[in-house]
Amino acid sequence: MTPLVRLRNVGKRFANGTEALRAMSLDIREGGFVSLLGPSGCGKSTALRLIAGLAEPSDGTVEWPGGRDGAGLGFVFQEPTLMPWRNVWGNVFLPLRLAGVSKAAAEPRIAAALASVGLGGFAKSYPRQLSGGMKMRVSIARALVMRPRLLLMDEPFAALDEITRARLNDDLLRLHAAEKLTIVFVTHSVYESVFLSSRIVVMAARPGRVVADIAIDAPALRDEAFRTSEDYNRQCRIVSAALRTAMGEQRHAG
Amino acid sequence: MPVDRARVLRMLLPVLVGLAFLAGWEAFVRLNDIPVYVLPGPIRIAQRLVEDWGTLSDSLLVTLEVTFAALLAAIIGGGGLAVLFAQSKWVEASLFPYAVILQVTPIVAIAPLILIYVRNTELALLVCAWIVAFFPILSNTTMGLNSTDPNLLDLMQLYRARRWQVLWYLRLPQAMPYFLSGLRIAGGLSLIGAVVAEFTAGTATAGTGLAYRILESSYRLDIPRMYAALVLLSGSGVLIFAALSGVSWIVLHRWHESAVRRER
Repeated sequence: MTPLVRLRNVGKRFANGTEALRAMSLDIREGGFVSLLGPSGCGKSTALRLIAGLAEPSDGTVEWPGGRDGAGLGFVFQEPTLMPWRNVWGNVFLPLRLAGVSKAAAEPRIAAALASVGLGGFAKSYPRQLSGGMKMRVSIARALVMRPRLLLMDEPFAALDEITRARLNDDLLRLHAAEKLTIVFVTHSVYESVFLSSRIVVMAARPGRVVADIAIDAPALRDEAFRTSEDYNRQCRIVSAALRTAMGEQRHAG
Repeated sequence: MPVDRARVLRMLLPVLVGLAFLAGWEAFVRLNDIPVYVLPGPIRIAQRLVEDWGTLSDSLLVTLEVTFAALLAAIIGGGGLAVLFAQSKWVEASLFPYAVILQVTPIVAIAPLILIYVRNTELALLVCAWIVAFFPILSNTTMGLNSTDPNLLDLMQLYRARRWQVLWYLRLPQAMPYFLSGLRIAGGLSLIGAVVAEFTAGTATAGTGLAYRILESSYRLDIPRMYAALVLLSGSGVLIFAALSGVSWIVLHRWHESAVRRER
């Protein structure tokens, strides 16, 4: 099966000399939920930006075997990144408007995107009237409104409280299944990545690189029972150990 | 409700202070028999304002005309330049220092030169007032256009937004609070610029603005009329500020922190 995106020996060096990423190779297959897990400075956000085309690799290539435009990209930042002067509807309308879609044609698509994140009744609210979790839902709706095949998420729930975070995790898995999304998810939480992913790429810092690639064995739709199961704990331990090894290597390298 | 009482008090207190000040002033003038050509009391000034309303209101209109024309020119000139600056760092780097030089050179020092080169007096006054007023709009709007959320800019890039779309959907709305705060300053400054220019032009031309009236009255030692003209000028300044604050509230109250009232 040809991957949606293929990273081949991708490296990124910034103008100030920092090597953010070294020789990263990764195939992202359609329908997968891949987490990039690692400590800060391991280049996981850089990798995401390279995939999105928001930065150019210094070495290697980012390939789109099926064409990039056909894939359709959505990006969710760590902050909700909403326009405070537009209400929820206007914020979700932005990508459609940039693509030249009329308000009338956008209406049902926006309604559907808002409904899918559970914000059906909030179209007219302004961002300042919403809680952190709700703002993040708007941000996800804005990414989904273009019906992307690939959704890139950069620590989207890091700033949220645990209860909100667990709820959004559940909803994200539901969306992943319902919308046939491929998701690349950056996180520094072992528990979150094991709960969400079909595959976890563990990374280390200085320079940022891949140190382990772990497949998670669990049903596609996971629930509260899975979150407390022995199976979940066992896989968390495996990923945790890989991360510890990565941090250890980092210490030796630094 | 205690909240409402606090609000009423907030409005009432400055009014009371003002009235007490005026009463003290009137009493001081009367008790000490101060002659009207040294310091007229507020009642005398009010009388003069009513007596001379015809001449003074005509002059007020002349001054306000220059003020508003200058403010409009400042909005177009300052805002336009800011948008131009936002298009290219190089344009900003080459022109901004000259905008600063224009701003820091005292207008009273440039005004006589402008009056020599610009034949039409009204246009010359307008140019002077514009020089004073455009800078706050330019510098504030430039700052606003440059303080866009970098993540939103990334989002624009991701969706392949065109340059004008980034400007129209992102930079301009982001700059709006900055622009409006510059506008409030510029409103007062264009009035000041107009008056300063009139003073400079006053002796040379047949101006009829309020500043000219003040000069004229001072030659005739008509002190109450000087004060009356002054009252009209301050009043206009206050009204301009209030009107521009109102505009700012109307535009921003839905979303911007400066205009949102906290619910407790």
